[in-house]
Amino acid sequence: MNSDATPWIAALVNLLGGDAVLSSDEDLVPYSFDGTAALKQRPACVVFPRSTEDVAACVKLAREHGVPVVTRGSGTGLSGGSVPLTECLVLCLVKLDRILEVDPRNLTLRAQCGVITKEIDDAASGHGLFYPPDPGSMKISTIGGNVAENSGGLRGLKYGVTRDYVMGMTVVLPDGEIAWLGNKCVKDVAGYSLKDLFIGSEGTLGIITEVLLKLLPKPAARRTMLAMYDSMEAAAETVSAIIAARIIPCTLEFLDRMTLGCVEDYAKIGLPTDVEALLLMETDGHPAAVEDEANRMMDIARQNGAREVKMAADEAEGARLAAARRNAFSALARVKPTTILEDVTVPRSELAAMVKFINETAAKHRLLIGTFGHMGDGNLHPTFLTNEKDEEEMHRVELALGEIVDKTIAMGGTITGEHGVGLAKKGFLKQQFGKASYDLLKLVKKALDPAGLLNPGKIFD
Amino acid sequence: MSIEPGKKGVGAMLLKQLDYSVLQQCMHCGMCLPTCPTYVETKRERNSPRGRIALMRAMADGEVPVTRSFADEMYYCLGCLACQTACPAGVNYVELFETSRAEVERSGVQPRGQRDFWRWLTLEVLFMHPRLLRAVGLMLRVYQQTGLQTMVRRLGLPKLIPGKLGSLEPQTPTVAAAFSDDLIDAVESPAERPRYRVALLTGCVQDLVFSQINRDTADVLLANGCEVITPRNQYCCGSLHGHNGAPELARDLARRQLDMFDVDSLDAIITNAGGCGSHLKHYGHLLHHDPVYGPKAAEWDRKVRDIHEWLVEIGIRKPVSAPATVDSTPVEVTYHESCHLCHGQKITSQPRVVLGAIPGLKVKELPESNWCCGSAGIYNITQPEQSAKLLERKLKNLEATGAGVVATSNPGCHMQLAFGLRSKPEAKCHEVTQPVSLLAEAYRREREEGGRQEE
Ligand SMILES: Cc1cc2nc3c(=O)[nH]c(=O)nc-3n(C[C@H](O)[C@H](O)[C@H](O)COP(=O)(O)OP(=O)(O)OC[C@H]3O[C@@H](n4cnc5c(N)ncnc54)[C@H](O)[C@@H]3O)c2cc1C
Ligand code: SF4
Ligand code: SF4
Repeated sequence: MNSDATPWIAALVNLLGGDAVLSSDEDLVPYSFDGTAALKQRPACVVFPRSTEDVAACVKLAREHGVPVVTRGSGTGLSGGSVPLTECLVLCLVKLDRILEVDPRNLTLRAQCGVITKEIDDAASGHGLFYPPDPGSMKISTIGGNVAENSGGLRGLKYGVTRDYVMGMTVVLPDGEIAWLGNKCVKDVAGYSLKDLFIGSEGTLGIITEVLLKLLPKPAARRTMLAMYDSMEAAAETVSAIIAARIIPCTLEFLDRMTLGCVEDYAKIGLPTDVEALLLMETDGHPAAVEDEANRMMDIARQNGAREVKMAADEAEGARLAAARRNAFSALARVKPTTILEDVTVPRSELAAMVKFINETAAKHRLLIGTFGHMGDGNLHPTFLTNEKDEEEMHRVELALGEIVDKTIAMGGTITGEHGVGLAKKGFLKQQFGKASYDLLKLVKKALDPAGLLNPGKIFD
Repeated sequence: MSIEPGKKGVGAMLLKQLDYSVLQQCMHCGMCLPTCPTYVETKRERNSPRGRIALMRAMADGEVPVTRSFADEMYYCLGCLACQTACPAGVNYVELFETSRAEVERSGVQPRGQRDFWRWLTLEVLFMHPRLLRAVGLMLRVYQQTGLQTMVRRLGLPKLIPGKLGSLEPQTPTVAAAFSDDLIDAVESPAERPRYRVALLTGCVQDLVFSQINRDTADVLLANGCEVITPRNQYCCGSLHGHNGAPELARDLARRQLDMFDVDSLDAIITNAGGCGSHLKHYGHLLHHDPVYGPKAAEWDRKVRDIHEWLVEIGIRKPVSAPATVDSTPVEVTYHESCHLCHGQKITSQPRVVLGAIPGLKVKELPESNWCCGSAGIYNITQPEQSAKLLERKLKNLEATGAGVVATSNPGCHMQLAFGLRSKPEAKCHEVTQPVSLLAEAYRREREEGGRQEE
């Protein structure tokens, strides 16, 4: 398209300079999707603001011209949150990429929203600290995207999710005003907890441009273990038993046979590929406690039918295993052209039943489903391996998905544990929420963004 | 169908002929983004593997036409294949990349004129005719050795050469004093009964500029019990053509190459250039439709080995002497990985094993050792700016190691690093070499010293 023809694009060029505004076909095609399969839409243009003020100016301009705004970090989202709308403006924040301050006395770090998550952890590490949330995508996702999705990670079981580490933020509101929410105080009960409203808001309420994060001292010791099983249920039972034994490991990750095969094919680190399920277990903290917990977890694994239990030789091997696990989702794409990843989460006592149900559903609908996930959190990622061009199979995928969602809700679970609702799951949201809570959700959106400017059509219509 | 220069816009769209599942394989997870030097530079999706693949797919789907802008994009991509190593989904980027560049050439969206002339001269003339290439090499040698070059430079004549080419003059490598065929006999046998019979590929640039490295490779093979067969007047392997959108010429060269070797009689075919090796190992795929050459090419693929890979496979014999050292302090050496050796061929540990086997060397790990140095075939000619940025980054990392010597294993990288270091006389790192050369030197010293010991 020709930017001269559209006054608001010309105004953007005026505002930020030609380099920061993209509107050619070759530039827009690569921004028409995020990490979600089968969702695609080309925007009208993409801009790269460099400061909070730039963002505010863009929002004001969009408001004047009635142009919807879709915020984007690195586009690794798995619910279609940053998939554009026709004729929308994509605000790509990857160039707001500076770490502004590390404050070791208060254990905080302040960064612009476009900083890559791993760089935050690396910067903290330089001070003997760490930033616990570590989504599988941490090498490429932005901290702004993490806050907007309230992302979880491999260490979520013990350390919680992104929400637990956000102390404050700068937000550009839908009217273009800039608000600062929160502070460095560990305790703060002044007014409503507004920052919490924006965490997990998926770009629908405001644009987060800066975040103040809480850091923790790095644990002195860490142990990584692998347990191999001949049945998925036995692995799920182990997880329930560890939690019931009042042990809180930092990681309890789960891979099924299909996922394992793919991960090993990519990473070639000697993972077993002939087992039905594998648990990646990790404990960290005081060396003595770690030693004790590690031994008890290995015992529990054996008692619950693990065929073999192994401890990683050293930190480096442990890190290699965790890194391999982070590639599980992408590695599954080796099997079939299209990978549709789900994010159902159930109370941990229901894990074994849920895993069994997923397998039965796959068999019933003659589908390939690879399952992995943050099992310690009850967060499962059944991943449909299919081909979007095969309409008949896609229909069966839909049926199976519906059944899995029904079962999840019946078990008291949730349709998404960490990836958000976005476009992909908005159909199920009503099903999970009662009328009152669903209406409340819409009311909040209406109060903050009456014109429906920010990420319209995401989470709900 | 032909898609070579001068026959543009004919035939069916190549991106459409590509097996669609290769395009579909990318699930746009973005795991490759932080490893892509062009994306990291600009943070624009079209400059990323994910973005480039999306463009290719949109073209295959007929959603957007092949444009000049796409052509520029494909020539901005280094072809370094770092994305292919990073991709957990197993995307075959090299195939997508080569098909796209070929598509660009087929559709004729690039400007004609000068570009056509240079492509024709290099791809169709020089690199198709080894004797001609050597003749030009000879002329260049004369130019460089007679003092003519110094005179031309003093007169400031390079400034008169149009555009980019003038600035390239100082990058022109020094042509070797003798070419491979003068240094290596057609058949050479080791002192003891040979354990293996292998062929040595001499390459084209390697042969013109680094013939000594070919000699070193032969020496190393001999010292490890291999009989070495080196056919005369070898052809270019065709990697240059494959990577630059001329697959027909690449196929032609592959056939000529195959004709020169009696593949069945060999245990291995040895290459010592990362870029060539990466291409040479795919003759089977390149010629899989060819009923005559297809089977021989498949057999060839099974036997091609990078020199480091081969040495580790047969069990490298450790020399007892160190390569020349001024005093007894070990030489500190670091290793830069050529993209096509590490990403293309997945050979990462073997060159380190080779270096580790040499006494008197202290090997220091180079930060970002597998990050492209900006040489990338003829990238330093076509994209001088981005190339210079990458070179600068590489030189910084080299300095950080504190090593005085850097080893690498591809003529392009070798020249690029040497060019970079020449412009930095103050740098601690002052020498570029290759693992095989260091090893060959150690064997040579061993022979000299061994002789003395026996006395
Ligand atoms: C291989 C892979 C593994 C993954 N593993 C995990 C995992 O373990 N845990 C997990 O939780 N997720 C995971 N994800 C999902 C995804 O990485 C996260 O949702 C991540 O937080 C998205 O970050 P992003 O920068 O890519 O954001 P985007 O995808 O660009 O955007 C995500 C959403 O946030 C909004 N947004 C982005 N930036 C801002 C901002 N500054 N202000 C307001 N709104 C904004 C967008 O509008 C969109 O709705 C994974 C994804 C992949 C591809
Ligand atoms: S890592 Fe592979 S699948 Fe993921 S975006 Fe890059 S090329 Fe595509
Ligand atoms: S080949 Fe190199 S430059 Fe090209 S997309 Fe892959 S990583 Fe980027």
